[in-house]
Amino acid sequence: MSKPVYPYIPNSVPEEKAKLLKEIGINSVEDIFKEIPDHLRFKGKMNIPEPFLSEYELRRHVEGLLAKNKSCKDYINFLGAGTWQHYVPSVVDEIISRDEFLTAYVVGDAQGDHGKWQALFESASMIGEMVGMEAVNKPTYDWANAIAIACRMAARMTGRREILVAGTISPSRLSVVKNYCKPEIKIELVKYDSETGLLDLNDLKARISPNTAAVYFENPSYLGFIETQGEAIAKIAHDNGTEVIVGVDPSSLGVLAAPADYGADFAVGDYQPLGLHMQWGGGLAGFVCTRDDKRYVAEYPGLLYGITTSVQEGEYCFGEVFFERTSYASREKGKDFIGTTTALWGIGAGVYMALMGPQGFRELGEGIMQRVQYAQGLLSNIKGVKVPVIKSPCFKEFVVNFDGTGKTVSEINKGLLEHKIFGGKDISQEFPEYGNSALYCITEVHTKEDIKKLALALEQVIKGL
Amino acid sequence: MGIVKIKKDFHEARWCEPIIYEMSTPGQRGILVPMPDDEIKAAAGDVLAAIPAKLRRKELNLPEMDQKHVLQHYVRLSQETLGANLTNDISEGTCTMKYNPRVNEDLAAHPNFAELHPCQDEDTVQGILEIYYKFEQIIKQISGMDRVTFQPGGGNHAVYTAASIVRAYWESKGELGKRDEVITTIFSHPCDAATPATAGFKVITLYPDKDGFPDIEALKAAVSERTAAIFMTNPEDIGLYNPRVDEFVKIVHSVGGLCFYDQANANAFLGVARAIEAGFDMCHFNVHKTFGTPHGSSGPANGAFCCKEEFAKFLPVPTVGFDGKKYYLDYDHPASFGKVRDFYGTAGVVLRAYAWTMNLGADGLRECADISVINNNYFEKKLLEIPGLSECYAGNGHRRQEQVRYSWEKLKEDTGVGTVEVCNRVVDYGIPHYWFSHHPWEVPEPMTLEPCESYSKDDLDEYAEVLRTVSKEAYENPEIVMTAPHKASAHKRNDDAALDDPAKWATTWKAYVRKHRK
Repeated sequence: MSKPVYPYIPNSVPEEKAKLLKEIGINSVEDIFKEIPDHLRFKGKMNIPEPFLSEYELRRHVEGLLAKNKSCKDYINFLGAGTWQHYVPSVVDEIISRDEFLTAYVVGDAQGDHGKWQALFESASMIGEMVGMEAVNKPTYDWANAIAIACRMAARMTGRREILVAGTISPSRLSVVKNYCKPEIKIELVKYDSETGLLDLNDLKARISPNTAAVYFENPSYLGFIETQGEAIAKIAHDNGTEVIVGVDPSSLGVLAAPADYGADFAVGDYQPLGLHMQWGGGLAGFVCTRDDKRYVAEYPGLLYGITTSVQEGEYCFGEVFFERTSYASREKGKDFIGTTTALWGIGAGVYMALMGPQGFRELGEGIMQRVQYAQGLLSNIKGVKVPVIKSPCFKEFVVNFDGTGKTVSEINKGLLEHKIFGGKDISQEFPEYGNSALYCITEVHTKEDIKKLALALEQVIKGL
Repeated sequence: MGIVKIKKDFHEARWCEPIIYEMSTPGQRGILVPMPDDEIKAAAGDVLAAIPAKLRRKELNLPEMDQKHVLQHYVRLSQETLGANLTNDISEGTCTMKYNPRVNEDLAAHPNFAELHPCQDEDTVQGILEIYYKFEQIIKQISGMDRVTFQPGGGNHAVYTAASIVRAYWESKGELGKRDEVITTIFSHPCDAATPATAGFKVITLYPDKDGFPDIEALKAAVSERTAAIFMTNPEDIGLYNPRVDEFVKIVHSVGGLCFYDQANANAFLGVARAIEAGFDMCHFNVHKTFGTPHGSSGPANGAFCCKEEFAKFLPVPTVGFDGKKYYLDYDHPASFGKVRDFYGTAGVVLRAYAWTMNLGADGLRECADISVINNNYFEKKLLEIPGLSECYAGNGHRRQEQVRYSWEKLKEDTGVGTVEVCNRVVDYGIPHYWFSHHPWEVPEPMTLEPCESYSKDDLDEYAEVLRTVSKEAYENPEIVMTAPHKASAHKRNDDAALDDPAKWATTWKAYVRKHRK
């Protein structure tokens, strides 16, 4: 078969290629690759499967692979734990799939890419209002990286080298933070009350020291409960000259106070719950917010999109704030490092926040908490199931214990699959003190019927039916 | 076609959109939320009462807008953005702005991908696991390496992963205290310096020799028993393939150091040259560049980090394995340094890249490489005819590969118009703002362009003609260039210093109102 003309490669047309070679004054591409010494050349042929040259065949192939997945549209999903199923409005999907935003470059100038800069500035403005802060970064990789960035910022600001972290943090996020803070910053876990999940203030007081750069806790926590002692934690920290970093799920902020209101100096979290598809965990995008104070702003590693004016009367314009601090400007002397991250998700989350407005977030939060309350009621009636396990108010996630069922979470979840249900995340390894437990997540996508189906299925699985 | 046409009458959309907060009307709703059933409400009672009063939200200042106007606002902002799929985006040298096929967007939007939760039972995600596994096999062929992780969220993040692996390696040998230096080169991407520094290493930077290649004598002087690793790009950002790259590797290996190959600029070498033949221990690819996935206005991106088997035990967990029957998440990396990101990376980028690669196959990948260097050499020849423009290390006898770092130094001397002004002016012809150079600007008045395989001869000719036109304007009417852009969605800033001034800068609307609308 002769070599195809590739639809993605205009100059794969032999005549076009020949024209270019002629203009260059060479006979073959090898006259360019001769710069690579022979012993460094790859002589074989890459062992890659035969391609699907037509778009139709390609689509059939990939859709065939995807057909092996079962999605949360086919099954009722109760998994959360770092990626959450919320409704994604059509307007969000439309905006982030537009070629203009979708295929725009990383930096680009603030004139030709004015719209992109404005959209990202607006997202920053809205998430800033959600958490009560005035300085906000361009989205980073995810919540975990956002925590890590904040920890390193706090360490640089204070010159201290220890971070105290609430022991209920997501273990996966903790792993990212520990690595990012190496080697000079030590991460220590603070005890918590296993009955309530709340941070042990006595342990915090005992551990905090002149070397404590920051205290980090999540609200709502990884285990779903609401940390009600924010003010007390912040006071202990601030009395010690320690920064307070709070991790938030922004979908809770229509009903829960802004972290700045109870003393946070940094607010971090993930945009994913704000109208971004789960994508097997690929929908994450972190935010880092602080007060608009030079002490903080000077320590951000990532880009900061600032609003300003142009030579045209009345026109807004945008630009990089304090660019010199970045590694783009100053290489190893910059603050940590920077790169292509998750801007498109930031734009999508901005569209979501604008659609929802304050009333939308209030209704979202309250409706979720009502469903959770209802679900806990139904599940607690099932023999052997214990809920609530953590006796503090919770937002959209909660721990369910199955010790009394004689079955492991893994067995129960396998059983639930037969009912086309994804049961809660097994946390029996991550938090063994809660025994054989799972973390369940309920959002606005769950109807009464979904929750009833879960209760019924659990009952049957536990009974071994 | 044949006649070179430039877009003299181009004008970008200019909607003069207010900031979204200025468009708010109290009470308007953009979308309604599904409310719980009455039975649920009745059973749940007053759930908000459970939240202590101080922790309850009192007010939330978000815009209140109807749906049409939210959509309209963002569509307009999108029209004020020069995405690569709608422009001649040869502009972004070092960033390989390819065509991003629409079919891959359809695949990524498929509910059997978009609606997958990362904690689902492995039996229910066999399709995406298989895609990860198969794409890893492809990347192994392209790099010659043994193992790959797609957990990093971009190129810099993959280089940071390399720095974490280097640290874990020396820690495992008990020599981290001694092996505390990482060597890089000034024409390698800034992340090759910044990420090892973040990981705790001292950074030594090599400068180029007279021909523009990293100075091998300087390397010999820099290596020692303190050398943890070298992090280098090849070709460097100036487009020259370093023919002695394997000697660099040998020198670093001779003192026991590790060698990491930054392959962000790998497009021209698919099936042509690999990290393994040059002797490297590790490398990475920017999946969103070389494998045709969209840049997304700055992500989501993906960095494929690759290494030899010897280093696989340090990889972030999990990777994806296959036992002959089933694909699974593989946590068997006994000395893993941990994670660089939650879950498994930006799966949508991996999915699109897999589809892109499976459309092309080995021959198609090689065609990308061939055409990208042919395009570049044709383009270079055209550009060097433009008055005021030259390339760095001109006349060193070496052909450029996939990109070139040009210089407008002469134009600046002759006319006062420098690269920043030229760059602003090209936007008036519908060309996206081009890439100058990473900092510091070793090459004066730099411009780095990369005409990868997605660009036609007409594109190359158009781009060259725009630059020629701007050069002519600079010589004849510099004012029009100095005050550009004129036809972009916004004009030049009038106070750049404000962005560095804490009393004036504002990264949020609230800060802006406080500082400027007292």
